[in-house]
Amino acid sequence: MNRRDVFGWAIAAVMFGLMSGASAEEPPIKIGMSMPQTGGLAGGGKASLLGIEIWRDDVNAKGGLLGRKVELVVYDDKSSASETPALYAKLLDVDKVDLLFAPYATVPTAPIMPLVKQRGLLLMGNFSFQVNSKVHHDMWFNNAPWGPADSWANGFLTLGQKAGGKTVALLSSDQEFAQNIVTTARDVTKKIGLQVVFDQAYPPSTAEFSSIIRALNAAKPDIVFVASYPPDSAAILKAVNEIGIGDNVKIFGGAMVGLQFAAVMENLGSLLNGVVNYNTWLPEPSMNFDGTKEFFEKYTKRAIQAKVDPLGFYLAPYGYAMGQMIEEAVNATKSLDQKALAKFIRENVHKTIVGPIAYAEDGEWKESATLEAQFRDVKNKNIDQFRSAGKQVIVFPDRLKTGDLITPFEAARGN
Amino acid sequence: MFSLDLLRDAVVLGVLLGCFYAAVSIGLSISFGLLDVPHVAHPAFLVLASYGVYLCNDQYDIDPLLAGLLISPLFFVLGLVTYRLYYETFERRGSDAAVRGIAFFFGVAFIIEVLIILQFGVDQRSVTASYIGKAWRVGDLRIPIRQLVAFAVALGLTVSLATYLSKTFMGRAIRAVAQDEEGLRLMGANPVRIKQFAFGIATAVLGIAGALLIIVAPVEPTLDRVYIGRTFCVVVMAGLGSITGTLIAAIILGVSESIVLTMFGASWAPAISFALLLGVLAVRPQGLLGR
Repeated sequence: MNRRDVFGWAIAAVMFGLMSGASAEEPPIKIGMSMPQTGGLAGGGKASLLGIEIWRDDVNAKGGLLGRKVELVVYDDKSSASETPALYAKLLDVDKVDLLFAPYATVPTAPIMPLVKQRGLLLMGNFSFQVNSKVHHDMWFNNAPWGPADSWANGFLTLGQKAGGKTVALLSSDQEFAQNIVTTARDVTKKIGLQVVFDQAYPPSTAEFSSIIRALNAAKPDIVFVASYPPDSAAILKAVNEIGIGDNVKIFGGAMVGLQFAAVMENLGSLLNGVVNYNTWLPEPSMNFDGTKEFFEKYTKRAIQAKVDPLGFYLAPYGYAMGQMIEEAVNATKSLDQKALAKFIRENVHKTIVGPIAYAEDGEWKESATLEAQFRDVKNKNIDQFRSAGKQVIVFPDRLKTGDLITPFEAARGN
Repeated sequence: MFSLDLLRDAVVLGVLLGCFYAAVSIGLSISFGLLDVPHVAHPAFLVLASYGVYLCNDQYDIDPLLAGLLISPLFFVLGLVTYRLYYETFERRGSDAAVRGIAFFFGVAFIIEVLIILQFGVDQRSVTASYIGKAWRVGDLRIPIRQLVAFAVALGLTVSLATYLSKTFMGRAIRAVAQDEEGLRLMGANPVRIKQFAFGIATAVLGIAGALLIIVAPVEPTLDRVYIGRTFCVVVMAGLGSITGTLIAAIILGVSESIVLTMFGASWAPAISFALLLGVLAVRPQGLLGR
């Protein structure tokens, strides 16, 4: 081999190295989303994002998707519906993201539904409620376990009826999410034959609930269904504790957002006892699936550094599960084709850390896994108590149930 | 559904709610009402004070009201610095200072909100005290004790500030600067220093008002947006600069809100508040007790 041959082989080797280097340096797969990081939904948004970030790190540790790293492109939508259309247009047209995740919650998600439908894009939903009911987008999949629209109200009101309730009070925040929920509650009362004796929507800026609770009390309902947002939920429970709710109330709660978040739970402490409220994941024996324990070990460590919800039961594992579904679909179809991915997600049952997920036509879970859980034996100022089983006993649905409902509400408050 | 019991309860709870509104608005009555400073960051300072109270209560187990008193001197200094900054950058420079000042105070409000988020996160915070979560039973009426505390403190604040502004030398100087700044200057006084001092008092009062805010309900960083409309509504309805008027206007607002919430439906409550404001201004453009 002469000098020229050696030189030629050297160049070939360098070129080969560069080429293989180039394949390792393939651009990442970009997943774009907005997320509430300021404003009223920020507490949930940050926890949800941390769950997604843990999935990103796990999938990248395994080599990424299709041999490419996964990168998240995230903007703060300030919890506002007016921000999200422009942010998602930017994600698509400027950042050129490959896939989309929806922001946490109904209000910021609703305005982007027409956009994704118009452009024929897959959208993984993130805990919004019935945003696809009018849009009918066949490439939308909600990560939340709500299932059919009336599942929240149905579980709670059926429990109340079984406890002997005949009359219902409906108290709701005057915004889209709560109004959607309370509309289904009205339908369920008609369907199962309950009489509505109080039905009020309060403005989101309401500071003090004593007067409203006094009026509700005067209607003497057997069942009190509340659809509220975090600041209101805490204020309502305080007012109930002070003003009283009446001995005739069999069951109280339903759709109170906020009682799933660690800071609110810690602040309210024993005031939570007896309340029956919706939830998603809880540290009860029926809720452990493959990877759940490992996920919460990682989450607990990172949540402290990130100053987000230290428990993270409500949203974070579902953010992770959303990533797992995309991971499974991309690996199975070996592509990023939006239609192929949507078809795979629609037609298969997905194994995730929150249990198996299968989708109905409307992109919601085929079978609801929305929990109704009763707070019991909660002490003041102790966040770690919520990590153990028995503090939020699952009373509905039957397949996940870990205890029976204690009723009436006043008796349950003593537990 | 109408009943005299419900109406009685609505009025009682409304008076208490109104006193709470008075306590959170009284600082604005000085800064905006007397000094003509477009202080839209007032509710942001209020929320900041709540977080100060939360810190004292959570870390050192100090009673929220005492914590409010303790942080008041710090807020006095914060008020002095803020006004000086506003004066040097806006007020001194021209007649459209008020318009540009709104931008300045909006900026201050956003900075406060972001600082709170960075330090405390976005979660709700609340305090503990023996009088929170309990009620005083009078017949079949149950009155939340936290609301009674707000009632007593609001009355105390109103009486003290009204007395201070009418009986003391500095208080009269503050009223004088509100009426005729140029006249005060001709008499050899420095109106800027008087206004700076008054702004300090208006901000110091927020220490105690912030304590009431977090006693009455949990706070979160963006809560200022809920109170911006309500506090300005109270101050304008009262008549700019009238401390007693602030208490009266706040009670009218509280009682009407409470009656509407109890008797007619919660959705109407915000509309009724602003309808009242428009009604008062139509009859008395200078407000209830305005000059």
